[in-house]
Amino acid sequence: MNELHATLENAGIAVTILPPLPPGEVWQIPSQDWGQAAQIAQSLKWRWSAGWGEEIVGAQRAVPRYRVNALLAKPGKYLLLRTEVPQDNPQLPSQAPYYHAADRSERHTRDLLGIHFLGGDTRRWTRHRAWEEGEFPLRCNFPVAGSRQEATPPDVAYPFLQTQGAGVYEIPVGPVHAGIIEPGHFRFQAVGETILHLEERLGYVHKGIEKIATGRDMLGLCRLAGRVSGDTTVGHAWAACMAMEQATKVEVPRRAAFLRAILAERERIANHLWDMASILNDIAFTFGYYQLGRLREDVLRTNGKIFGHRLLMDRIVPGGVAVELDNAAVRYLDREIDRLRRELDELVTIVDRNASVGDRLYTTGVLKVEDAIELGCVGYVGLASGQDLDVRRDRPYPPYDELSVRVPVEQSGDVGARFWVRYKELRTALRLLRQLLERLPDGPTRVDLAVPEEGAEGLGIVEGWRGEIVSYVRFGPDGKIARFFPRDPSWLNWPALERLILGNIVPEFPVCNKSVNGSYSGVDL
Amino acid sequence: MWRQYLKILKTGIPTESVRKILRDPEVERLGAEIKRKIDKRFAGSLSIREVDAGSCNGCELEIHALNNVYYDLERFGVHFVASPRHADILLVTGPVSRHMEEALRRTYEATPDPKWVIACGDCAVCGGEFGSSYASLGAVENVLPVDVKIPGCPPTPAQLLAGLLKTLDRI
Ligand code: SF4
Repeated sequence: MNELHATLENAGIAVTILPPLPPGEVWQIPSQDWGQAAQIAQSLKWRWSAGWGEEIVGAQRAVPRYRVNALLAKPGKYLLLRTEVPQDNPQLPSQAPYYHAADRSERHTRDLLGIHFLGGDTRRWTRHRAWEEGEFPLRCNFPVAGSRQEATPPDVAYPFLQTQGAGVYEIPVGPVHAGIIEPGHFRFQAVGETILHLEERLGYVHKGIEKIATGRDMLGLCRLAGRVSGDTTVGHAWAACMAMEQATKVEVPRRAAFLRAILAERERIANHLWDMASILNDIAFTFGYYQLGRLREDVLRTNGKIFGHRLLMDRIVPGGVAVELDNAAVRYLDREIDRLRRELDELVTIVDRNASVGDRLYTTGVLKVEDAIELGCVGYVGLASGQDLDVRRDRPYPPYDELSVRVPVEQSGDVGARFWVRYKELRTALRLLRQLLERLPDGPTRVDLAVPEEGAEGLGIVEGWRGEIVSYVRFGPDGKIARFFPRDPSWLNWPALERLILGNIVPEFPVCNKSVNGSYSGVDL
Repeated sequence: MWRQYLKILKTGIPTESVRKILRDPEVERLGAEIKRKIDKRFAGSLSIREVDAGSCNGCELEIHALNNVYYDLERFGVHFVASPRHADILLVTGPVSRHMEEALRRTYEATPDPKWVIACGDCAVCGGEFGSSYASLGAVENVLPVDVKIPGCPPTPAQLLAGLLKTLDRI
């Protein structure tokens, strides 16, 4: 932190230190230095974690301006860099030349807020054709209903990178895919069966989450956050609530924190089981698919029975949780851990000893460690390629400050590594779950949050099952939300797929894609 | 290899009777009736194309669950197909995002007649948590004619199964 501060000042960048937003420090810099600051931070090995823009009006600012945020991170440390640009000339240098991860984020901010990042990719990203160029949905004067009366035409003219040469051909896939899966477009350039280039085009399930969040009350925002990506409902709801609790300076009761972690670890367990099952399905090892799918269903049924919702939606609420566990329920959950461990021991031995499974998983879809660093990958994608990151251990939030989290790291970066990292995380989650149940404290499960003042803001950072989730909340008048930005880990992991697929054959795409398993809804917002 | 067979033998058949899943004695009758109808009208197999028109992916998770060993939807002769051209039913989730509007229409057009549309989940039924906005058209029926609605956020596999059986009952 000090080193970065000194280097920035030496480079002539004026840093204004603002009140911190735990767990982050907040520094404001002039907008013309936005790119150079990124260059310096990158050279000092800071990771780029999240970026978003906001329009600040009303009592919070006499002359309305746009604010641009970039969250940088080092293990255990967060730094929120901020700058402001005037509304009549909203432009600043891009950070994407130094941080690949900033690319889609800056394009998203430009498409929705009309802030231009000079030197970055000028192609649209989230905007297809639901609103026109020159219209910016996140600006305060843009009506939530939009202006389009007629049907929205498809976005056909997106300038994909083209390859040329003898025998090179293009395969367009999507938005509607062959399976029960979210929509998105993949453009392959291939020669023979080998993939030369892959470009992702997402944005199809853009639902205007950031816009429709404004004006909601806390509970309403929590429900919406729980639907940013349905498979991560606990993770996003927790991050959003943490941000709101920071803003209102409330600490949730210890029992509530434990219950939140129980929900989060169960979400991790169910999703990892399902991903492992689906990876095995994509290599036609149906035995593994059905067996692990059965275990996942067992976990979901227990969720339904004990917590009242199979996917655990709306169980986390501002100030605590909306669930209670009696002794019988604790015993039930505890017995399930033993059952799962026993079954996993058997199944994993079978998978591990099957030579044809190994043949398909190892050396397929390799994400090199350098690439993972460059892209800033997190979660199992990062862990499988040497990125030793886990918020629960590096910047623990209650209750993880009372527990020790073992983090599995692999170096080979192939589909196999992503498979086994999930398995190891699953075992860790089972161990944590047992500790959480054993040490579950008594006490209240929820506190009331006071009405926050206008302009109060908060940052929530948690380790979801896909990796680090960042949630930013700022309040407007009457305790209503003025800005909400959820950063799903998929923002940082989707670009990895474009890299790791290179040189693989087209038929390996499904298993490579599944091994990353990015959320479409989580990034399209 | 023997471990694998041993595990299969030990696991047995976890598939549950419809009566157990829905806890409704009516359903067994319905199930038999459906099977009879599918056998007669669809030559034993009914094909569903799932279309995510903007969902949060929660609905997809539960639709997937229909294929796990407990529910085993295929035993009724119902299966999910890869192309709308092979489908009898479109199972649509999510509020219809404007960016998916045309893709959804084209999927519908590509589905041969006769065809039925099921709106799956609160979002598809009424817009759900997302409603209508500059980015979302809300309910599926704002874009396509809808035959059956299955509410729930997301509907559980049991609710999905009941909804499917209801659809078949109407056909
Ligand atoms: S109904 Fe619920 S689970 Fe289904 S897409 Fe809508 S928000 Fe997600």
